[in-house]
Amino acid sequence: MKRSVWVLIGIGLAVSLFVAGVVSFYASSSPDGLEKVAEDKGFIDTASAPINGNLPTADYGIAGVESERLSVGLAGVLGVVVMAVLAFGLFWFLGRGKKPSEAADAASDARA
Amino acid sequence: MHVEAMHIPDGFINAPTSAIAGVIAAIGIAICLRGARKQLDEKTAPLAGLVAVFVFAMQMINFPVAAGTSGHLLGGALAAILVGPYAGALAVSVVILVQGLLFADGGLSAIGLNIINMGLVTAVVGWFVFRAVIKMVGISRPAVMGAAFAAGFVSVPISALAFVLEYAIGGTGTVPVGTVTVAMVGVHLLIGLGEGIITALTVGAVYLTRPDLVYGVHDRLPKPVVITTSPVVQKGVTP
Repeated sequence: MKRSVWVLIGIGLAVSLFVAGVVSFYASSSPDGLEKVAEDKGFIDTASAPINGNLPTADYGIAGVESERLSVGLAGVLGVVVMAVLAFGLFWFLGRGKKPSEAADAASDARA
Repeated sequence: MHVEAMHIPDGFINAPTSAIAGVIAAIGIAICLRGARKQLDEKTAPLAGLVAVFVFAMQMINFPVAAGTSGHLLGGALAAILVGPYAGALAVSVVILVQGLLFADGGLSAIGLNIINMGLVTAVVGWFVFRAVIKMVGISRPAVMGAAFAAGFVSVPISALAFVLEYAIGGTGTVPVGTVTVAMVGVHLLIGLGEGIITALTVGAVYLTRPDLVYGVHDRLPKPVVITTSPVVQKGVTP
C-alpha cells in the first residue's frame, strides 16, 4: 500500500511546526550573508527601518511576551499557520478540478 | 538569540529600481500562476502548499557559515525540484510576502527585489541545474540527491549576483560594485553549501518515500515501473 500523500503532508506540517516553533530559538543570531557584507563593506547605514517595524509581530517575535523562547516560538507557529492557510488555499485554487493523470496514478499504485 | 533572517531592507536600492523590480516580479508571478495552473493537479497542489510552509519554517533557521556570519535556506531550488519551477517560485514568493507583511522582514518597497532574487531566480536556476545533472547521471537515489545538492548550491551565489546587479543599477551605497560582488559571491558560496545539503536531504527523503511526488523526476522514473503498469495487468486478465 502506497503511503498516502496526506500522510506525507501531515509529517511535513509537523516538522515545519517543530522547526518554526522550537528549533528557531536556536538559530544563529549572527548577521546573514547580505547583512554581513553590508556591514563589512560599509553600506548597512543606507537601510531604513521598515515602515511596519512596529507591528506586534515584527522581527519574528510577539510583542509583550517576555520569554524570548516563547516569543519566537509563537511567532514561528503563527507564521506556519498563516503560510498554511495562504499556500494551501492558493495551490488548491490552482490545482482545482484537475484529476491526476491516470498514467501517473497507475504508476504510483503499481510501485506500492 | 533571535531570528536574524534579513532580506533586502528598504533603502539599499533606490525607489525607481525597486519599483521596476516590483513590476518584473509581478510579471514573473503572473507567468508562474499560468504555469502552475497547467502543472498542478488535485494530488500535487497540497504538496506545493506544504513546500511553501516548509520553506517558511526553514528560513527561520540561520546556520553559522563563518565567523560572525550566518545564512539561511532560500528554498527556490528545493521547491522547484519538488513541485516544479512555476509552483516552486510561487511557494517562495508567498513566503517572502508573509515575511515582509507579517514580520517586517525585508523592506516592503524591496519586496519585488526579494521575490526576484530569492523566489524567481533560485527556482529557475535550481530547476535547470537539477534537470541538467539528472540528464547526465540518470536516476537513482544518490544521483537525485547529488543533483539536488548541485541545484541548491548553485542557486545561492546566482541569487547573490542578482542582488549585485540590482545594486549596480540602483544601489544607494557608495561602495564599488566590484567590492560588493566579491564579498557577496564569497559568502554566498559558503551559504550555498548549506542550501545544497538541506536541498539534498529533503529531496532525498521525499524521493525515498514517494519518488512519483518529486516533480523534477516525474517524467524520468525508471522503466521497470512503467512496465508493471500495463493495462493488461490492471484488468486482471494475465495468465
